[in-house]
Amino acid sequence: MPTPSDLPLPPAAAASVTLEHLSKSFGTFEVLHDVSLSVTPGEIFVLMGPSGSGKSVLLKHIVGLEQPTAGRVSVDRHDASDPTTREKVRMALVFQAGALFNSMTVYDNLALYPREHRLASEEGIRDKVMRALQILSLENAAHKVPAELSGGMKKRVAIARALVMEPQLMLYDEPTSELDPVMSATIAEIIATLKEQYHVTSMVVTHDRDLALGIADRVGILLGGRLVFLGPPSALSQPADPRVADFLNPRIDLQNPRFKQLET
Amino acid sequence: MRPLVRVLEGIGSTLQLLVRAASYTPTLPRQFGRFIEQCYLIGYTTMPIVAILSFFIGSVLALQSGHAGQNVGYKQFIGALVGLTMARELGPVMAAVLLAGRVGSAIAAELASMKVYQEVDALETMNIPPARMLVLPRLAAVLAMMPVLTIMADLVGWFGGAIVAKYTHFISIDPTSYFANLRQYMDFSDVLNGLIKAEVFGFTVVLVCCNIGLNTRGGPREIGASVTRAVVTSLILILVLDFFVTKALMGD
Ligand SMILES: Nc1ncnc2c1ncn2[C@@H]1O[C@H](COP(=O)(O)OP(=O)(O)OP(=O)(O)O)[C@@H](O)[C@H]1O
Ligand SMILES: [Mg+2]
Repeated sequence: MPTPSDLPLPPAAAASVTLEHLSKSFGTFEVLHDVSLSVTPGEIFVLMGPSGSGKSVLLKHIVGLEQPTAGRVSVDRHDASDPTTREKVRMALVFQAGALFNSMTVYDNLALYPREHRLASEEGIRDKVMRALQILSLENAAHKVPAELSGGMKKRVAIARALVMEPQLMLYDEPTSELDPVMSATIAEIIATLKEQYHVTSMVVTHDRDLALGIADRVGILLGGRLVFLGPPSALSQPADPRVADFLNPRIDLQNPRFKQLET
Repeated sequence: MRPLVRVLEGIGSTLQLLVRAASYTPTLPRQFGRFIEQCYLIGYTTMPIVAILSFFIGSVLALQSGHAGQNVGYKQFIGALVGLTMARELGPVMAAVLLAGRVGSAIAAELASMKVYQEVDALETMNIPPARMLVLPRLAAVLAMMPVLTIMADLVGWFGGAIVAKYTHFISIDPTSYFANLRQYMDFSDVLNGLIKAEVFGFTVVLVCCNIGLNTRGGPREIGASVTRAVVTSLILILVLDFFVTKALMGD
């Protein structure tokens, strides 16, 4: 039975990510404001922040699905908004909602990338796909279509599909949001293994503090589109910024007027 | 001003999609499986409805012209009339209209849903261009299937006309003279003329429906809106193009 340490990845040069003064507006609504950060090759960078703070939008800039309103995003020094960057750097994004191909079986979802790019023979592809499925305990789902899967299974298929791409840069949008603690630990193990054995760069968006503190080399916190914290996870235990402290240790105050409204 | 801008934007994005899809033509041989699948969806599943409708179109053509011609004495020309009208006009237009309703709507719905549920985004991040995987095989398939559908429409329409011509009491022309007349007044160039029109219509319908599907923005509600827009746009384009292609083919 393969474990995360049996990931089928060849050594490839890890990619770096640089955001320089990135701002993004949809119409007049500013989602990201002057965000600068860089992720070095082989690093695990965890991005946290409340719902709606712009984390998913930030990840989409890195794979070129969104264009900056101002500033620049680059991957290995190539402009991320240039479509040819995807040909130069192998990047995989695990979408928050999975984005599985609904008309294909789980197996074909995973096999699509190596088939389209002719990376291996059909047997070779079968090997890679089955191994990725086993690592995520999905071997019995290979011939199901996404509509027949539970939410957590879809998430795992999305992760498996990204693993099969053997990326130099892995982007995870809330990989553990629908998973049980055991599976979450497996995901953490996968992310750490990719770093240790294959030097893969990872960016992980998550609300899961245990995952973040367990694997992160560095953490960034977005609040309302601004990067308010950037540093090692150890610095999070005594955050200097009160907004960061509030985000990490929310107080549930039942006397809060918002809850009072619900009662009437 | 706004609608005009939208029409121009639509034309622009459609032509861009065409250029992108065409640039991947060399990948067609290794997408043979997808091509065959699309041929099945576009051609085979549309055949029954094309057959039924063209049978009745041919029949009603014979009936109308027989009725109008019974006193004037041109009913012996019914074969030529039905033959030419089906081959040059109604065969291709009917096949294209049914294609828009049956296949164009399905293409728009499928691609719009792939767009809304981020499958198209996923393809892009995997460096698999949607124009290559989703559009090119459909365009190739419609070019392969339109002639088949049109020839079927022509034949079934002629046959329907022949039956009505024989069994309607005020016409009663037997099939031998019906088809003799048809053969006397038309040749292969008339059929070819219709096939060229059918190719133009079919290709346009599929291209436009792909483009509208892929440009869907927003939530699931927009899928329905895209389907409606795709079918309406297709029908308008078929009739507008019909006029201009007919004129062009007449060497005018
Ligand atoms: N295509 C878009 N058009 C307009 N607004 C958008 C678009 N995409 C995102 N937004 C807005 O940008 C803001 C940030 O969205 P984003 O999806 O990045 O949040 P998030 O931090 O990932 O939240 P969550 O933790 O809930 O996933 C939201 O207010 C959202 O409404
Ligand atoms: Mg998000």
